Amino acid sequence: MSKTSSTQQDFALQAPGDSGSKINQHGLRGPHIPVEKFESSADKSDKTNPNVGHLYTKNLVKSYHKGKIEIPVLRGVDFTADEGRITSIIGQSGSGKSTLLHLMATLDAPDSGEIYFENNRIDNISSRARDKMRNRDFGMIFQFYHLLPEFSTLENVLTPLMISNGMWKYWSQRKKFRQRAEDLLKLVGLGHRLNHRSKELSGGEMQRVAIARALIADPKILLADEPTGNLDRKNGDEILDILRKLNRENNLTIVMVTHDNSIAEQADSVVRLCEGKVQTA
Amino acid sequence: MYKLVLCLRYLRTRYIALASIISVMLGVATMIVVNSVMSGFSHEMHTRLHGIMSDIVMESHGMNGFRHWEEHIKNVKEVIGDDIESITATVHVPAMLSINVRGQWLPRHVTLVGIDPDTYAKVSDFSKYLKHPENRSAVSFDLKENGYEAPTESPLFSAGWNHRREKAAYEKELRAQMKRFQVFEETGRYPNEIIISNQPTPVAPPQQPNPLRTVNHEEEVPIIPPHANDADAPPLPGAVPAELLINQEESPYDVANKGADRFSAARGTLKTKIYDPMHDQATGIILGIAIGSVRQRNAEGIVKDYFMVLPGDDVKLSFPTSSSPPQIASDTFTVVDFYESKMSEYDGAFAFIPLDRLQQLRGMIDPTEGTAVSTIQIKLKEGADLQAVVNKMRATFPPEVFPYRIQSWKDLQGPLLAAVEMEKTILNILLFLIIGVAGFGILATFYMIVVEKTKDIGILKSLGASGSGVMSIFLWYGFSLGIVGSGVGMIMGLLFVVNINRIAGVIEWITGKEVFDPTIYYFREIPTIISPVSIAWIVAGAMFIAVLASVLPALRAARLHPVEALRYE
Ligand SMILES: Nc1ncnc2c1ncn2[C@@H]1O[C@H](COP(=O)(O)OP(=O)(O)O)[C@@H](O)[C@H]1O
Ligand SMILES: [Mg+2]
Repeated sequence: MSKTSSTQQDFALQAPGDSGSKINQHGLRGPHIPVEKFESSADKSDKTNPNVGHLYTKNLVKSYHKGKIEIPVLRGVDFTADEGRITSIIGQSGSGKSTLLHLMATLDAPDSGEIYFENNRIDNISSRARDKMRNRDFGMIFQFYHLLPEFSTLENVLTPLMISNGMWKYWSQRKKFRQRAEDLLKLVGLGHRLNHRSKELSGGEMQRVAIARALIADPKILLADEPTGNLDRKNGDEILDILRKLNRENNLTIVMVTHDNSIAEQADSVVRLCEGKVQTA
Repeated sequence: MYKLVLCLRYLRTRYIALASIISVMLGVATMIVVNSVMSGFSHEMHTRLHGIMSDIVMESHGMNGFRHWEEHIKNVKEVIGDDIESITATVHVPAMLSINVRGQWLPRHVTLVGIDPDTYAKVSDFSKYLKHPENRSAVSFDLKENGYEAPTESPLFSAGWNHRREKAAYEKELRAQMKRFQVFEETGRYPNEIIISNQPTPVAPPQQPNPLRTVNHEEEVPIIPPHANDADAPPLPGAVPAELLINQEESPYDVANKGADRFSAARGTLKTKIYDPMHDQATGIILGIAIGSVRQRNAEGIVKDYFMVLPGDDVKLSFPTSSSPPQIASDTFTVVDFYESKMSEYDGAFAFIPLDRLQQLRGMIDPTEGTAVSTIQIKLKEGADLQAVVNKMRATFPPEVFPYRIQSWKDLQGPLLAAVEMEKTILNILLFLIIGVAGFGILATFYMIVVEKTKDIGILKSLGASGSGVMSIFLWYGFSLGIVGSGVGMIMGLLFVVNINRIAGVIEWITGKEVFDPTIYYFREIPTIISPVSIAWIVAGAMFIAVLASVLPALRAARLHPVEALRYE
């Protein structure tokens, strides 16, 4: 955990010349650089930890309580998201997909079972370490976009950096950060909407902003909860294209929750959740 | 970083929160105004209360005072000599002052104080409040020619020897007229000249054509009669020499020194001396200005002083002698000055005459035992501990042995000062409660904002914000609202205090009622003192309340479960 985060931390401080190969054409320097560059750059931390973005769960159990009634949601889920691949979780509404995703993102704690990220157990670590992981290792995308209404497009994208950097640190690097946010917004096709408020954007545009925000801290894994669930077909496809492109070009691990079979089919592997258990499809 | 940005953003977009701190703002402003006015008031009261008083008063319970006061002073100097700035002895006695107004004798109850002008001036600020500038540097009981400090239209401005001579001449002329009329009645012929015999006549009431002279001279009645400039007029035996009024049997000691004034004493021939108000003055007396004048509002609503007596006029005093049982001694005195401390309690209560004269009249001079005084007054050096010195003196003169009372000026004015302090404390508590109530307003508003921002809090947490980070957003929010509220409140309060008299004027103009009545308070303006320390306390208190009120909502925000917040649109 600490090793990986150290490689994550200094991405923004990297001078363009020094191992410049790490910054690709999108301004992204994911850990998932193309294979030949991965070999040539000979990054020690990447080599010692080959499971970049690898996430799996062991026998996860989670139930909710409504008063005295216990509502079991997950009854022993074993789920694996392989590094550099798109894994989709499919299941009926209420089958516990979101619950599983939240558990993996350390937003909630399971009743029992274990979650591993890059071979480190993450379901029992301190809340501080969890906050740090959510900030740096995980990118989250939600069905309802979840942008901050008080912020402009650009500020929304910059929020994770604002959270991880203190005032002085942020201020001293604000130009670099801003440039990166602009690049990411261009990448998702919103280069012209930098200063709009989120309520002035359409659903598809908002989801693009959310993707840019999820990418800004250069995560190792993207967790998307029905990213197209609230969008029309065309916008949904565009979003999926972006995600696929990110996976292809940056080798970014993606876990995508959906209830739509046709979308799920486009992933590298599909996991079906049914009655709180995994049915391999 | 996000904390600050979000905090500022919330500040800019949530005007309802700004509305909630208006009450804090108003609370701070009122507290500052009330504190400044109360401090100004109590400071003014302190200086005025202390003004004509010494720091420590040691008084004898007995009517005839200390016999061995010089020895006591020596003792005191031995005990607390290092702290003494100056020391004086006085005689205090209740007295009846009679002022002749329009031929009527107006009685006034006063506390008559016999002072040694030189040392008494060093012990208190008494001389600072005198109306004649020369008396301020060196108090004297001699009537001044003129030059009393007053507005030019005030009769006090032209008082003094001028006034005395004019009045004497006028009275003389009045008597001459009456005599002529008498002759005319008897003989049917109006005489050209009247020779007034030298035989004492009953005390002529100092007739004044318009005794209640006002500051406003619009309808001035000429005080100076047509023949007033008759300077060569022979001495008028109009007034009875003062010494004749004294009951000789009661004051057996003062025969030698008995005289109306130092001039007559110099002339020696006591009984044959003719007291001529044209040239002579009786013993000088300094009156509190409220004894000899009334401050009133005239028909136009302008506050004016109406003088019943002026420097140069004669008054009479009656007071008990020190014998047992006390007899009544009376004498005529010439008003030589007024003092105006602007404390109506003092300005209406005290009259000062020379100590030796009072001792003489009261029979406090014993050929064998020396003189007696009723109080010893001490002024301490700057920085001396008042209470400690009082305690030392009390130890030196234990009440079991000496029938004396030793009090500091604060003891003497204790109830009044305590009342003002009490008032201030209670007002502060009440006003701070108002700010506290405003704090609950903030709490409710913040809670609403946190509830409204539930989703945002969830988002922030999903992006890696810690609970304490989210909490500090709202704490900062409360803090900055506190800064804005108390800052604006402070500025408002200070502006109000600085312009308070103008504002009072505007209110007066609108309502037609006096906000701060100078006839009651003896202040021309509302006194204020801006104390940076108390303002700092008020502002800090208000900020503390604002932050405290935001703690609960902030805690809720910190504890919020992100999943609950994120699950629904
Ligand atoms: N806080 C909660 N309290 C009670 N039940 C809950 C709570 N959150 C989710 N559930 C229930 O858990 C089940 C799984 O929900 P969810 O993970 O959102 O399903 P999905 O995302 O697959 O639609 C649902 O039946 C839902 O009603
Ligand atoms: Mg769901």
